Amino acid sequence: MASFILNGEPVTIDADPAMPILWVVREKAGLAGTKFGCGIAQCGACTVHLDGQPVRSCSTPISQAEGREVTTIEGVAGPEGELSAIQKAWISEQVPQCGYCQSGQIMSATALLRENPNPSDEDIDMAMRGNICRCGTYTRIRRAIKVAAGQAQPRNEEA
Amino acid sequence: MNDMSPEKKERSRLAKWSRRGFIGAGVLAGGGLLIGIGVRPGNPIGKLSSKVAPGADEQLVNSWVKIDTNNIVTAIVPHCEMGQGAHSVLAQMLADELDADWSKVNVMQAPTDGSYIVTDTARMFVAPFTMNAADWIEPTWNGLFTQIGRLADALITGGSSSIRTTGQYQMRVAGAAARKMLVGAAADEWGVPASEIETRDSTLIHEASGRQASYADFATAAAEQPMDQTPELKSPDQYRLIGKSKARTDIPAKVDGTAKFGIDAAPEGVDYAYAASLRPSVPGTRVASMDASKAQTMGGVLQVLNMGDFVAVVADSYWQAQQALDKIDVTWTESESPIRSTQDQFAAYAKAIDEAGPTGGEEAAAKGDVQTALGNAATVIEAEYKAPYLAHAPMEPINCTAQVTDGKCDVWTSTQVPLMVRSALSDALGISKDDITVHHPYLGGSFGRRLEAVYAVMAARVAQATGYPVKSIWSREEDTQKALYRPAELSRFKAGLDESGALVAYDNIFTQRHDPAEASVPGIYAIPNTSVRVAEAPLHLPFAAWRSVDHSQHGFFIESFIDEAAHAAGKDPMDYRLAMVSGSPRHVAVLEKLREMSGWDEPRSEGTAKGVAIVESFGTIVAEAIEVDMSSGKPKMLNAWAVCDAGYVVNPDGFANQIEGGIVFGLTAAKYGALDLEDGAIVQSNFHDYKMLRIDETPNIEVAVINSGLVPIGGAGEPGLPPAAPALTNAIFAATGKRLRELPIAKQFA
Repeated sequence: MASFILNGEPVTIDADPAMPILWVVREKAGLAGTKFGCGIAQCGACTVHLDGQPVRSCSTPISQAEGREVTTIEGVAGPEGELSAIQKAWISEQVPQCGYCQSGQIMSATALLRENPNPSDEDIDMAMRGNICRCGTYTRIRRAIKVAAGQAQPRNEEA
Repeated sequence: MNDMSPEKKERSRLAKWSRRGFIGAGVLAGGGLLIGIGVRPGNPIGKLSSKVAPGADEQLVNSWVKIDTNNIVTAIVPHCEMGQGAHSVLAQMLADELDADWSKVNVMQAPTDGSYIVTDTARMFVAPFTMNAADWIEPTWNGLFTQIGRLADALITGGSSSIRTTGQYQMRVAGAAARKMLVGAAADEWGVPASEIETRDSTLIHEASGRQASYADFATAAAEQPMDQTPELKSPDQYRLIGKSKARTDIPAKVDGTAKFGIDAAPEGVDYAYAASLRPSVPGTRVASMDASKAQTMGGVLQVLNMGDFVAVVADSYWQAQQALDKIDVTWTESESPIRSTQDQFAAYAKAIDEAGPTGGEEAAAKGDVQTALGNAATVIEAEYKAPYLAHAPMEPINCTAQVTDGKCDVWTSTQVPLMVRSALSDALGISKDDITVHHPYLGGSFGRRLEAVYAVMAARVAQATGYPVKSIWSREEDTQKALYRPAELSRFKAGLDESGALVAYDNIFTQRHDPAEASVPGIYAIPNTSVRVAEAPLHLPFAAWRSVDHSQHGFFIESFIDEAAHAAGKDPMDYRLAMVSGSPRHVAVLEKLREMSGWDEPRSEGTAKGVAIVESFGTIVAEAIEVDMSSGKPKMLNAWAVCDAGYVVNPDGFANQIEGGIVFGLTAAKYGALDLEDGAIVQSNFHDYKMLRIDETPNIEVAVINSGLVPIGGAGEPGLPPAAPALTNAIFAATGKRLRELPIAKQFA
C-alpha cells in the first residue's frame, strides 16, 4: 500500500513499493496526463513534482512518495480549472505540436518559475534541458516561459 | 516549363477534381445540413473506391461538414493529428469558404469506418490525396504504396500533403458548396436574388430588406438546394481566415493533460491487461527457443507467450510485464543477411557503386554530356558522402490497445494509416474488415514511424491468443532497435568547373532510392551537363519513410557538394547559388531575403561563421542559414534563419512552427543521429545513446514566409528539414576549413 497526496487529495493505492510513480499515476490512479517516454529518466516526458521538486516519475519508485505530495499536470490548473500563467503562455505562444512531451515540459517550467520568477536564457536552458521535445518546439518553450514570467508580450493571432 | 498561368492551372486542377470527386448533401438527424465530399467510382481512383466501397450505390467520402441547429459547424477531417496542426488548419480552410464564425467551428477526426454514419449514397471511407495529388507528387506516393503494397488502404497522413490536397480540393470546396446552398435556401424563402445575400460569421444577411438569419435557420432547407459541383472559391483578397495565424484548436487540451493519445486509450467497459513484447534484434530472424521459467512466477504476470516472431508477457501492469520480459532468455534463429556491421553496409554500397562504373546504374536524371564536359573542365572536384541509418523516435512509444471478442476486433492506436491497420488485422486475425474498428486518437509524434501496422497486429494477436483485451506498449529500446529505418546511404560526386568557376558538369551516383523520385536531382540549379544515377545495393534494415524521406540524405549531399563547388570556384556560397538559380525568380527571392535576414554580408565575429543551403521539397522552397561559433573547438549553433516560399501559407504561425520543428529535427540528425550495426543488430537503444537535440543546444530560429501567390501550395511538415544539416556543416566549413562529408558531426568533434 502506498499513501500519499495526489494533486492535493490523500490517496492510498495498492502497488508494489518498487513500482515507478509514473505507472501508479497512469494505471492505478487513472491520470493519463503524465507520459511514458523512455523509462530511464532521459526524456522528461514523465516529469511530476514530488513535494514541489521536479522528478522523473518513470525512475522514482512509489515508495519514495510515501506521505509526500505528488503533483501531476492534472494538478497544475487552479481549483476552478483556471489555467496557470505557464499554461496560458503555452497557448498564446502556440507551443505544442504533437503535445506528448508538453505535460513534462510544463511541469519543469512550473518548477523553474516557482524557484526563479525572473529566469535568464541560461536559467531556462538549464532548467529545461532534461525535457526532450522531438517536434522541436524549444524556441517556443523559451518564449512562453518569458511570457509567463512577464518578460515578453504574448503573440497576437491575427498577425 | 508549363506556360499556363498559375490561376489557369489551379482552375484546371479544380476541373479535374470535379470530374473525379463529388459533393453530396443530406439532412442531419434532428435537422441541419450534412455535406460529404469524396470520390466518384469509374475514374482512376474509382478502382480504389470499388475495392473499399464495392456496393453500386456506395461511394468514397473523404470529408464531411455538418451545420447543426445550434449553428455549430463541424469539420470532420480524414487526416490524423500528429502535431502538424492539420485538424485545425483544414477546418480554417473550410470555415473561410463557408464564411463561418470561427468561434463556432469544431473539428472532429473522421472515424476509420462507416459504422457511425451511413447514408444511402455514401459510406465513410477515406482516400485523401491520391486523387488530388499534384502531378509531381504522384510518383512519391506510388512508390510508397508499392512499399506498403496496399493501394486499397489509402487513408494516409503524410507527404506534407493534407493542406495542399485535402484542404485545397476538399475542405474549401465543401465550404463553398455549403455556403452556396445556404444562400440559395435563404434567397428562396426571402424571395430575393441570391446575389444580394451576403454571408459573414455564420450569418446570412440581406441588407436591402434588413433581413438576417443564422446558418442554423436555413441548414435543413439548404439540403434541398441544388448542388454546385464546382462552386467558385474565394480569391486571396476575399480570405477572412486563410492566411491568418488562428490558434490551433487542439492546443488547449495539450497543456492541461487532457489530450488523449493512443497510449492513453481507456475504452469504457474494457478491462484490459498490459503486454510487453520482445522482437528479434536482427531482421528476418525468429524465436528458436525461450526459457521463461523466471518470468512466469513474477508478480502480476498472467501469461508468457512465444508468438514465433516475438515473445510477449501479459501482466496486471505494463511495468510488471516489462520486468518479467527482461527475465526471459530467448534464443533467436540465425540471420541470412551477409551484412553484420555498419562497415559491411557501406562496403556493400561502395561495391555496388564501383561495379556500376562511371556511366552505370539506373538513371535518375540526365542532361547534356557529362563525361565530355568533365574532360573539358578547368577544374574537377570529387567527393564521397555518407548518411547513417536513423530511427524516428517519436516521443509517444509504440502502442496499441486491442480487444478481440465474439469475432470482432477493436483497436485503439496511434497511426498514420488506419485503413491499412484494419486490412492487416483482418489478414492476421481472420476477421472480416467490417468487424474491425480502428480507433485512432492523437499521435504523440510520428515522422513516418506510424506508417506500418505490425504493432497493432501484434497487440491483437496477443489479445486473440490470451483472451485478454491488452494494452501493448513497446519499450523505448524496442522502438529504437526493432522498427523501420531511414536508410544509410552512400553518394559519390564529381563536378567540372569552367575557367570562371561555373558548374558545367555534375555527376552523381548513390545507393538507396525511395521517395520522392526527384530528391536526388539538383533540379533547382541550371547546370548544363548532369548525370544522376542509382546503384542497386542491399539494405540490411527495413526501409521507412522518415520525415522528408530521400530529401533527408540528398539535401545534405547535394547542398554540401554545391558548397564545395562554390569554394573551389573561390565564390561566396550565397552568390554561387544565386547565380545558378537566376532563371527562377522564386528561388532568387528566397535567397535574397535570406541574405538580408541572416546578415550574410555583415562582418563576422571571431570564431563564428554562417552556412547556407536551399532545398525545394514537397512543393515548398526553403533556404536556411545557420551561424555557428567554433571558438571552443566544437560547434555551438547560435542562430538559424529560414526563408520559405510555399506559394501561399494558410496559417503563418502554424507553418512557422512546422519549419522550426523541421530545423530542429534536421539539426538533431546532423549533430547526433546514427544507428550503428554490430552482429546484424542495432547498437543504440534509448535516448542516452540515440541522442536528441535539447533546448540548450538549439539555436534561435527565425522563419520568414514569402507568399509568391503561386499554386498549388506547398507542404509544411517536411520541407524545413533538408536544408538544416548542410547549412550547419557548410557553416562549420566556413569557420574551420573542415569539410564534413559524413553525419553525425558529434562523432567528428568527440
